[in-house]
Amino acid sequence: MRGIVKRFPGVVASDGVNLGVRQGEIHCLLGENGAGKTTLMRILYGLYQPDSGEILLAGKPVKITSPSVALAHRIGMIHQHFRLVSTLSVEENVILGVNEGMGPFLRLGKTRKRIAAITDEYGLSVDPKAKVWQLSVGQQQRVEIIKALYREADILIMDEPTSVLTPQEVDQLFATLRTLVDDGLTIVFITHKLNEVMQVSDRVTVLRQGKLVATLPTSQTDKPSLARLMVGREVVFRLEKNPPQQGEKLLQVSRLHTLNDRGLPALRNVSFEVYGGEILSVAGVSGNGQTELAEVLTGLRKATSGRILLGGKDITNRSAREITDDGVAHVPAERIKMGTVSNMSVRENLILKDYRHPPFSRGIFLNYKKAEANARRAMAEYQIAAPSDSSAAKLLSGGNIQRMVLARELSGKPRLIVAVHPTYGLDVGATEQVRQVLLRQRERGAAILLISEDLEEVMALSDRILVMFSGRVMGILDAEEAEAGEIGLMMAGVQREGVRR
Amino acid sequence: MGWETWFIVTLSRTLAYGTPLLLATLGEIYTERSGVLNLGVEGMMIMGAYAAFSTAYTTGSPWLGIMVGALVGGAFSLIHAFASITLKANQVVSGLSLTMLGLGLSGVLGRGWEGRPLPVSIPEITVPGLSKIPFLGPMLFEGQNLIAYFSILLVVVMWYILYRTRIGIAVRAVGENPAAADSLGISVNKVRYLCTIVGGILAGLAGGYLSVAYRPAWTEGMTGGMGWIVIALTIFAFWNPAIGMLGAYLFAALYHLSFRLQPWVSPELLKAMPYAFAILVLIAISRGTLQKKMGAPAALTLPYSRSEE
Repeated sequence: MRGIVKRFPGVVASDGVNLGVRQGEIHCLLGENGAGKTTLMRILYGLYQPDSGEILLAGKPVKITSPSVALAHRIGMIHQHFRLVSTLSVEENVILGVNEGMGPFLRLGKTRKRIAAITDEYGLSVDPKAKVWQLSVGQQQRVEIIKALYREADILIMDEPTSVLTPQEVDQLFATLRTLVDDGLTIVFITHKLNEVMQVSDRVTVLRQGKLVATLPTSQTDKPSLARLMVGREVVFRLEKNPPQQGEKLLQVSRLHTLNDRGLPALRNVSFEVYGGEILSVAGVSGNGQTELAEVLTGLRKATSGRILLGGKDITNRSAREITDDGVAHVPAERIKMGTVSNMSVRENLILKDYRHPPFSRGIFLNYKKAEANARRAMAEYQIAAPSDSSAAKLLSGGNIQRMVLARELSGKPRLIVAVHPTYGLDVGATEQVRQVLLRQRERGAAILLISEDLEEVMALSDRILVMFSGRVMGILDAEEAEAGEIGLMMAGVQREGVRR
Repeated sequence: MGWETWFIVTLSRTLAYGTPLLLATLGEIYTERSGVLNLGVEGMMIMGAYAAFSTAYTTGSPWLGIMVGALVGGAFSLIHAFASITLKANQVVSGLSLTMLGLGLSGVLGRGWEGRPLPVSIPEITVPGLSKIPFLGPMLFEGQNLIAYFSILLVVVMWYILYRTRIGIAVRAVGENPAAADSLGISVNKVRYLCTIVGGILAGLAGGYLSVAYRPAWTEGMTGGMGWIVIALTIFAFWNPAIGMLGAYLFAALYHLSFRLQPWVSPELLKAMPYAFAILVLIAISRGTLQKKMGAPAALTLPYSRSEE
């Protein structure tokens, strides 16, 4: 790819990038969120058209105007969020959009034979007749790989393929990728995790703010220098953390059950406690009940049985407003959809929780002077970069939106903070800041329940780690003694002997 | 009238009245399967009915009339397709406007056509041999027309296409997860346009059936809310053509019974019965969680554009 430029309103997502990928290698594309990795690959896959620049395949310039053109050039892409139709079977997903002659009619016998050949060769076992929604995330990823191989892809683009996998599944994926490369495939692997780069790639290209910083053979570099290239400055890997000052028992959850949106059990007999001055992390592969747990605790979902005590007071199935008034802060997973009202100003978003009380209200009227002062103070304290306190929240970047949510949620000195994926999708700087904020709250004596799928974050921040699988608590570990491998097994549903329940 | 005759007449009339319901429901099933909700069924049907009648009256050919009715229905659906697929407008608003437009337009155009009898309507046929079968013969093979049989054939064909062909997989994928279909080189907009037009053609055909076969005359608003029953039937059918057939005949039987029971029950109440049933079905199955379980196309009413993630 030569001189690729792509502009979006307000940003240059790709700024004259020259990327060279060799046949038969695993090439990592490393960069922070928003560095332009995905944009670049979407251009290669025909989902975006570059404003300028050209793409050469085996030396010949090609115009890739849509995914079907990319597929014709044998380029396949596996998106971060899988592109599978969950109500269709595996084989239907695989043949979707493939033209094998025969007009509209299917030849399922032949299809099944080809799928079987692929799955046998690469150890990608999956039942071709199963519906996709019945499969685990790891299996769904296999379907995506089978899809690409069925189309005889030579170049396979994978966008953050490990973000939804357990550590064991990641190892399995890497082994598969190796065999694919040995068979002559070329793989472009998008990631922001340094470990993965070192583990899997032959060469690595670092992107920063849409610009290509360097392309290096992996064997000639190391994590610290890659991190420097990626962020543009030195990065601290360790978080400074004081020993825990465990306070009183603030949250007690006992035998909690609830249902998910489909009416199936989402939490089964969940019991745990959180003390003041500690961070209890909930680790697990997404979709194992973590979201529902956060919703039940914050009053957004009804518990079918069980009890939630906040400082001794029963708050089970109380309304979200009552629970908020009792000193529970909620940093929701969907910070744009649930954490803010996009069309309202920063000033208004900051008082969404307290607008009913003085000083922000005077009878039925709002006191805008007070709201403005509040906004100024919060913007300074939390370093929220916005054109002004009256600009709409939707104009802010992800990091600034999250700082705004934190400023609002932490304003009343809450006793319990429920934070769901608080750093998901943030760049390294913003991530560091959010973590510092959480640690400051811990020092202050708040109880923090951190729900995260990022194992590194869980290990770095928490005092204790609760692992969830299929709506059950698999065990609670002391963070000091916990090992990633062990947590990984528990995340996959393997019960450990003698774990404190 | 003995109970046997009563039964035979009821079922035979059910088949006749169920045909337009079935045709339009099959079309709406395809439209919704591709992710487009078209609430304009009533409007497309009445336009089809008017076009079919006026054509048949002028040319003297009911078959030409019914074809023109189908074409007009298809053309009329393009308005909804353009608004909701190309312009990504709200599908509910666009569909409702289509119904209003159709009812209004056909009312204006149809002035002066009212009360004229159609000289030649689509003939009722008696299938030789089969009609001699006791009980079943007079019920299914006497006094029906070809369109009724065509609609049953259509159920089989459309079921097969939806579940057993490449086209069907593409349609279902576009309605479930358009981003997935797009990333595999399927044109989401093309599939949606085609499915919406299929819906329009079948609604137009259903309208034409009403005005040149079922009751060969033109009356303003003669579809009488049938389009709304079709919307309910589509959900009732779980978006499956085979169940759609069952539902269409069930509603038709109810409708017919509302005439049959008039000596005993107040006619106003009876007339309301099919519609009350439609509302009940909608309430029963349109609760959010249940709808997901039932397999409503996940992308129904959602416009698709590539850049949004």
